[in-house]
Amino acid sequence: MEWETVIGLEIHAQLSTNTKIFSGASTAFGAEPNTQACAVDLALPGTLPVFNENALRMAVMFGLAVNAEIGKRSVFDRKNYFYPDLPKGYQTTQLAEPIVGPGYIDIELDDGTTRRVRIHHAHLEEDAGKSLHEDFHGMSGIDLNRAGTPLVEIVSEPDMRTAKEASAYARKIHAIITTLGICDGNMAEGSMRCDCNVSVRPKGQEALGTRTELKNINSFRFIERAIETEVARQIDLIEDGGRVIQETRLYDPERNETRSMRSKEEANDYRYFPCPDLLPVIIDDTYIEQIRAELPELPDARKARFVSEFGLSEYDAAVLSAYHAQADYFEQVTRVAGDAKQAANWVMGELAKNLNQKDLDIKESPVSADQLGGLIARIKDDTITGKIAKQVFEIMWAEGGSADEIIEAKGLRQVTDTGAIEAIVDQVITECTTQVDQYKAAEPDKRGKMLGFFMGQIMKASQGKANPGQVQGLLKQKLDALCD
Amino acid sequence: MSLDRSDVERIAHLARLQINDQDIPAYAENLSSILHLFDQMQSIDTTGVEPLAHPLDAVQRLRADVVTESNQRELLQRNAPATENGLFLVPKVIE
Repeated sequence: MEWETVIGLEIHAQLSTNTKIFSGASTAFGAEPNTQACAVDLALPGTLPVFNENALRMAVMFGLAVNAEIGKRSVFDRKNYFYPDLPKGYQTTQLAEPIVGPGYIDIELDDGTTRRVRIHHAHLEEDAGKSLHEDFHGMSGIDLNRAGTPLVEIVSEPDMRTAKEASAYARKIHAIITTLGICDGNMAEGSMRCDCNVSVRPKGQEALGTRTELKNINSFRFIERAIETEVARQIDLIEDGGRVIQETRLYDPERNETRSMRSKEEANDYRYFPCPDLLPVIIDDTYIEQIRAELPELPDARKARFVSEFGLSEYDAAVLSAYHAQADYFEQVTRVAGDAKQAANWVMGELAKNLNQKDLDIKESPVSADQLGGLIARIKDDTITGKIAKQVFEIMWAEGGSADEIIEAKGLRQVTDTGAIEAIVDQVITECTTQVDQYKAAEPDKRGKMLGFFMGQIMKASQGKANPGQVQGLLKQKLDALCD
Repeated sequence: MSLDRSDVERIAHLARLQINDQDIPAYAENLSSILHLFDQMQSIDTTGVEPLAHPLDAVQRLRADVVTESNQRELLQRNAPATENGLFLVPKVIE
């Protein structure tokens, strides 16, 4: 039987506010346990929540960026459950009247087509603390620094049909929230967390199959692998006559498998009700329009501009615009170098390769955009060859310095003096008698291909500094003279 | 709507309340009478009436995103039954 996969994603993004959603305690990462958990976060009796204006603002920014209706009236609800990292015994969240209503984003697929993924809604809520299950004399340790950190939970419609679409959607959401500056997007540290709802159904069937929810997925690659693994499990199960149970499953990247996490008895009885400690949040058009006016250029718009303004390919534009820091970097390189295509090649090639090797973010790059731009400018004005430029880049990466300083200090300037080039060409022709004889014996239309060998020898002899254009001209002239 | 013994047990479990077996019939009766009152209210025609999120006709005030709380861990952990390395210790909870 042919099966169709149906996927919906719930993405939790921690908002980059200074303080908690309902208290004035700091949200800075990495503090000592419980030093950023105040009386409100600890749910001490008599404390009351006060809503953080910046969390509201960031949620509205997100809503506008995903073409969504903004809830001019939104209401907080209590979701009741007991867990030690949730001291109140309920999570303050939004259910019936969220801040962000229905919206959508478009994702680009590998075959160049786009697909629209609808967003059901996005709501504001508070994060829980952390439980540490290492051995504290048979007890668990609780750190409530994270308790009350503002989250926006982004719930998609079940519009995705493949694991690749799901990761493309997650990447696009990541690009949007990091461009907006409302979330640092760090999946490994849990600033952005992704739960995948996955089900399968016979192709052509309207009704959805029973879904499972996959948790503990902390990279885009794992989104794809977790979904593929779970889809295979569900299909095997059904084809063997079994039934999929609605449950939460944990993805284990080491063993590449999903396993049942809990079969909560009394599952999902969260007994939601409106939070009596918080009033309805009312915003007006002026507030919304003011935020809209301040939105930065979003990834889709930037991509389109990279194509129209710089003449980049759709692919290059998509890669460069997907991460705002990389897009900023690329634009600065282009400004300094005066050549967008070369800038794109270097940022996506040599620079990306080195950053990946060292596992560095582009913001931590040892080579600045100005340095790289300066290097490309020296290729453009023929000061150095492309080959030498890679050497200069390596020195720049390891030791710092501008392109001009390195070229000067290491004597890497391109040789354009005809006399000097001619001497090298002559030397190579004299030394390589066998190849010269072969050249002479070859049919004239085959000779072009044979120039490569001599070019290589000459460039090697000049340590890559000879101007390749000049070398080629002289070489051909001299070899053909020998043939007459 | 009336509650029976199993409803009361379930509600108590969800609220993590320990109740005495012999009190269950009384709870069932009391809670049922509250639900009867709700049933009465449910019978009123509320077509066109907006659901109320809060009885006060007021809107939420907002707080500026500025840190106002300093570290008071020592004070706040003074009445915790057990702490270690700055952590609150609780009975082991692994699902």
